[in-house]
Amino acid sequence: MAKVVVLGSGFAGQTAALNLRKSLKKKDHEVTVITPNKKFGYVPSWVWVGVGKMDVSETQFDLAPVYKKKGINYVNGLAKEVHVEEQFVTVDLLDGGSEKVEYDYLINATGPRLAYDMTEGLGPDHGHTVSICTPNHAAEAGEEYLKMVERMEKGETVKMLIGTGHGMATCQGAGFEYIHNIAFDLEQRGLLDKAQIKWISNERMLGDFGVGGMVIGKAGHIVSGKIFAEASFMEQGIEWITGAAVTKVEAGKAHYKTVESSEVQTEEFDFAMLIPAFAGVPIKYITKDGSDITGDLCAPNGMLKVDADYSSAPRGFDNWRKEDWPLTYQNQTYKNIYAAGISFAPPHPISKPAASPDGTPIVASPPRTGMAAGIIGHVVAMSVADIVNGKSSEPEHTASMGDFGAACVASMGKSMTRGSAAVIAMYPVVPNYEKYEYGRDMDATFGDQGLAGHWLKALLHHLFIYKMKGKFGWWLIPD
Amino acid sequence: MKKVKFVPYSQLGDAWMEPQSFARFTRTCVIWQLFKFARYNLQIIKVLAKGH
Repeated sequence: MAKVVVLGSGFAGQTAALNLRKSLKKKDHEVTVITPNKKFGYVPSWVWVGVGKMDVSETQFDLAPVYKKKGINYVNGLAKEVHVEEQFVTVDLLDGGSEKVEYDYLINATGPRLAYDMTEGLGPDHGHTVSICTPNHAAEAGEEYLKMVERMEKGETVKMLIGTGHGMATCQGAGFEYIHNIAFDLEQRGLLDKAQIKWISNERMLGDFGVGGMVIGKAGHIVSGKIFAEASFMEQGIEWITGAAVTKVEAGKAHYKTVESSEVQTEEFDFAMLIPAFAGVPIKYITKDGSDITGDLCAPNGMLKVDADYSSAPRGFDNWRKEDWPLTYQNQTYKNIYAAGISFAPPHPISKPAASPDGTPIVASPPRTGMAAGIIGHVVAMSVADIVNGKSSEPEHTASMGDFGAACVASMGKSMTRGSAAVIAMYPVVPNYEKYEYGRDMDATFGDQGLAGHWLKALLHHLFIYKMKGKFGWWLIPD
Repeated sequence: MKKVKFVPYSQLGDAWMEPQSFARFTRTCVIWQLFKFARYNLQIIKVLAKGH
């Protein structure tokens, strides 16, 4: 009997657990999920929770009944240590006490640690900004936003600052969605003139999104996505600051440096939603003799190293290739350990790195959206299942970010008749300039904006919650 | 351009664009958007197919 343990219950973890259970016979093999969460959260809809347009409960469902129905063991706790040679995980249970969970194969799909602490004064718990990165934070952001609406209704002008809160942050897409949903909502309420909305981001240009931007075919021309992103901001009267690293936040003030200047500049706000840097979840990797080898197995940001070429980073942007990116997501020291989704350490950014003149790094880190996380979770599960079932001795299923594409539907307003979303698809995620003149296949890379995008986003909300519940035919829905 | 309230023009690149009334109309025109909805789904299927 093989014991497969999945850490985490987000897109990557849930996809991996469901696929493992589908591929491994229940009577022969155990699948266990260790997660501190009691509910699955559909992250892409939290942007609507953050503007008070959706109740957080509509984005969640209880995990326990799903795991019970599927025959997946559920350990509700926080994984603290992975004993890599004795092959067990120590877990602090949420109900108290601790548990030792043995494994033959381990898939780390914990997602990120939201590193608010990397920017002084950032975040809703100990800082001065709101967040849409967890369901509770998104609900709080929605409440704070509605307080701003009340102030505007009384005639006040409110300054809003949205974007990234660290020079190495990722997930600019979530910020993009949030700022546009705010602008759309205020326009619908007739309050847009009462808001001064500003974007601040570590992207070198608007439309970078941590994937080095993109070019798309429009009306017989190849056009930079930067133009479309700028147009969408201009249309709503949104100002922007790009190439900025927020270094400190105080009540009503965000301090930042830019790629042009090391001089600390300040932006005042009444309401700010700034995405933090992401780091690895602090799990210790321990050997039989008690040595802590976390530093060897993980990148400095705490994310687990896999089969990427980590020597490629110093070669520089012009020499980075798609072959630098991992294929199987297998840790190369302990080959029964894998990382899926945001938990794996990227070899380097996709976007061109920059820094302020005094050396503060400013680069949009590579995003690993729900689609990418789902694809990676799926291939890792298939590889492990094949090994367990004796079909192979090495992981044979691959999914390099240089070989698969991604579709992103970025909400720009929630309404079934007047809403809008930007539909962006790119293939591949990591540009391949050796194969494609513009880095990506122009036949499969496109961007557009309109009501149909909102319909698609609404459809995906229901479709993926259905899939993640493992309901009838869930596996027919693509990752 | 009346809705561009705060954008300092120094931020604009050499090329920029502004949707005019017809482009705005098509964004919420249900018949046109139904066609777009079908097209988006086909495009996404194409991206999925290339990656599998």
